[in-house]
Amino acid sequence: MDYSRQLFQYILSGLSNGAIYALIGFGFAMIYNATGIINFAQGEFVMLGGMLTVFFLTVLKLSIIPAIVLAVVISTIVGICFERLAIRPLKNAKPLSLIIITIGASIFIRGAAMLIWGKDTHAVPAFSGNDPIYIAGATILPQHLWIFAVTILIIIAGRIFFNYSITGKAMRACAYNAQAAGLVGINVKNMVLLSFAISSAIGSMAGIIIAPLTMTSYDVGVMLGLKGFCAVIIGGMSSGLSTVMGGLLLGLLEALGAGYISASYKDAIAFIILLLILFIRPEGLFAKKEAERF
Amino acid sequence: MFLKKQNIMTEKRQQILVFFIFATAVLMVPLFLKGSYLLNVLVFVGINTMLAVALNLLLGYAGQISLGHAAFFGIGAYISGIITTRFPIDPFLIIILAAFCAGVLAFVIGFPILKLKGHYLAMATLGFGVILYIIFNETVDFTGGPSGLSSIPSLHIGSLVFDNDWNNYYLVWVFTLAVMLLSINLFQSRIGRALRAIHDSEVAARVMGVNARVLKVQIFTVSAVISAVAGSLYAHIMTFIAPASFGFNFSVELLTMVVIGGLGSIYGSFLGAAILTMLPEFLRVFQDFDIIVYGLMLMLITMFMPGGLVGGMQKMAEITVAKIRKMKGKNAQA
Amino acid sequence: MLRLDGITKVFGGLTALEDISFSINEGLITGIIGPNGAGKTTLFNIVTGLYAQTTGEVYLGEKNISFLNTERLARLGVVRTFQNVELFGQMTVLENVMVGLHTQSSSGIFSCAFKLPGHLKEEKIIREKSMEWLKFTGMVDIADMKAGNLPFGKGRLLEISRALAARPRMILMDEPAAGLNSRETDELAMLIRKIRKEGITITLVEHDMDLVMDICDSIVVLNLGKKLAEGTPRQIQENPAVISAYLGEG
Ligand SMILES: Nc1ncnc2c1ncn2[C@@H]1O[C@H](COP(=O)(O)OP(=O)(O)OP(=O)(O)O)[C@@H](O)[C@H]1O
Ligand SMILES: [Mg+2]
Repeated sequence: MDYSRQLFQYILSGLSNGAIYALIGFGFAMIYNATGIINFAQGEFVMLGGMLTVFFLTVLKLSIIPAIVLAVVISTIVGICFERLAIRPLKNAKPLSLIIITIGASIFIRGAAMLIWGKDTHAVPAFSGNDPIYIAGATILPQHLWIFAVTILIIIAGRIFFNYSITGKAMRACAYNAQAAGLVGINVKNMVLLSFAISSAIGSMAGIIIAPLTMTSYDVGVMLGLKGFCAVIIGGMSSGLSTVMGGLLLGLLEALGAGYISASYKDAIAFIILLLILFIRPEGLFAKKEAERF
Repeated sequence: MFLKKQNIMTEKRQQILVFFIFATAVLMVPLFLKGSYLLNVLVFVGINTMLAVALNLLLGYAGQISLGHAAFFGIGAYISGIITTRFPIDPFLIIILAAFCAGVLAFVIGFPILKLKGHYLAMATLGFGVILYIIFNETVDFTGGPSGLSSIPSLHIGSLVFDNDWNNYYLVWVFTLAVMLLSINLFQSRIGRALRAIHDSEVAARVMGVNARVLKVQIFTVSAVISAVAGSLYAHIMTFIAPASFGFNFSVELLTMVVIGGLGSIYGSFLGAAILTMLPEFLRVFQDFDIIVYGLMLMLITMFMPGGLVGGMQKMAEITVAKIRKMKGKNAQA
Repeated sequence: MLRLDGITKVFGGLTALEDISFSINEGLITGIIGPNGAGKTTLFNIVTGLYAQTTGEVYLGEKNISFLNTERLARLGVVRTFQNVELFGQMTVLENVMVGLHTQSSSGIFSCAFKLPGHLKEEKIIREKSMEWLKFTGMVDIADMKAGNLPFGKGRLLEISRALAARPRMILMDEPAAGLNSRETDELAMLIRKIRKEGITITLVEHDMDLVMDICDSIVVLNLGKKLAEGTPRQIQENPAVISAYLGEG
């Protein structure tokens, strides 16, 4: 009985972390599909979400909802500025330059956060208290429910956006073939901008909902960003749903590994999975094998 | 035709001359800095130069990124540190062992890792670096964990002990100069050209019969070996090491050194290493600003000065020469 | 010399090549033509080992080279140029050609780094031979220019020089005249004939019909991944299927 309760606890925390990884992974996939870039700065938007919320809550003493809204808005603006200032001016840049630039942006944002808010770790109050809810003998915090709810909401919204709205369809067309999309009159540049905007918004949202569970500081973006990338590599870049599966799987493996093997190697698990998948099946576990290209 | 040949000769001679001047300058410096703190800083400039050159072989020559190079640095440092604190073996032998281990590891993971391209390669090397960083932190029995490993013995040759700045300076810079010279030689050679060909167009290089897969692994291995040697030297000079020196941040710092100096430029790597090592030492304020400045430099240099500082200086020199020629031409006409 | 036997290539759901068989004769110039998207470049990619065919075999003489990788094929004497000009842009013209001699030299990384005598001797030979090839294609005077700064036409010429330096038995040229003006095209035609005189087999993909009809000894026509016709330029010009494919194409 105790054993299965413990297992349930691991699964629960695994799934909630996994949901976060999936959201971050979404951001990676969206920018990758629009531009072919892996945005190394993705994790920093997650950090910005959490830190900005802390800032609005504690320094400006706003209440939780406006604080969250403002945090998302500002993160999105940072994402837009990043695209306009550092990505758009580069035409036909080599992947190597793009990698270096997004890494540069990532440490720049992190450095700025450190200068502004210092190196301390900050707590964020849970959205609706910390009273545990008991289900089948296991405990679940309200914040876990928030995480699941927000993730599901974002996924549904994403589905509707990409399948039913004109803009969403246009973005999909660009991802499929930017040149052809340009020919039929889609403004590819705006779609790229939009992909940066959306992915920074989603990233910051992920950072906000996880912050009450894990605390936040200027440097949480590195690890979370990498885990999100890991999720998208497990799932494959091609579709949103497989990213979610990748994220959940990663969260679960990590939680179970930490619980049953060794807690201190928790982070290593994600990266070992990452390397194994990159070595064996770089197109992802759940994706169809893509056509080869040199 | 005859003229061309002469051109090449003078170019080669020029290269040798430049290196000779550089090496002489480097070896003379301590004479003026005896007992100064700067000498201590320059020891670390030497180590970082060696690391930056190693990364440059991979990044600047072959065009393959690594965001996990600090890990090889760490492997060198920890193998030397762990063994020499436990067993009374000549530390120089352990440096060879450390280099060998790093080389074998690089060779083994090199094949699957360098199959990946661009962003995927960056992420995979990053992942590799993070895994090793976690291992450095968690194998407390060996590495001392986050609190570090101390009392690492200094290197010595007979009665000459490398425990002061003067001796350490020469110890490090002999290695660094050797690495620089060999790397410069490599640039203008069959293998150097093949590596640069891979950088510019891997398919075209392969069509010319360049075995890109093997060559990339080779240079990755060489790069790892040099980094490990730098790590061993670092451990013996510091006599104390902790994982924080071998993490992702340091990998990015190495990347910044190479990018600032200029991809493919060996003297550029020295310049980048010198700037990044000295700035925080001498500008106290800089210590809080460091990563924000690194980030800015990475972005701005990549966007506006793709050849780095050395490339930029060369371009300026060329432009000035061209301008002077033009003026002379006009004068002659008039 | 080169024989394709039932080559089929499927990309995802798209059949880019279907059951292509033909032979390329030693010492001749063979043209491969066809409308955009016919699968010409894909065919080159398969022959040079950059893509793996879905089914079918490729023979070089008697040797089955179907699954050899690109660098092995280069050593066997199969080299190519690219439709989108793949130069080593950061290197000089001379250095580009010197890479062509990679397979004819063998110094390893240590020999290079330590400047061992064997390497120095080899280096001298590489340099001399490269200069000879630049003379052959008439590029000696720009040998020290950075390849990335070359005008387009010169870039195509450099690609050919580099391929020649690799001492090929056969060269596959993917649209060597694309983007050239008419004077450059004429010079190219002359160069190609000169290359054939060296005993090198040439296969070229080309859209410039005048050039193809002028210099090719035989022609293969592809359309939508299928072989439409094969024959002498004369036969091809009179072939009704070819005419309708090209006219239908617009
Ligand atoms: N890597 C790839 N993945 C998927 N489809 C491809 C790939 N390479 C080529 N194709 C498809 O195969 C078909 C043939 O392309 P190919 O480039 O061989 O044509 P081509 O005859 O060279 O045309 P062109 O004259 O325009 O150069 C095209 O429909 C193309 O879209
Ligand atoms: Mg083509």
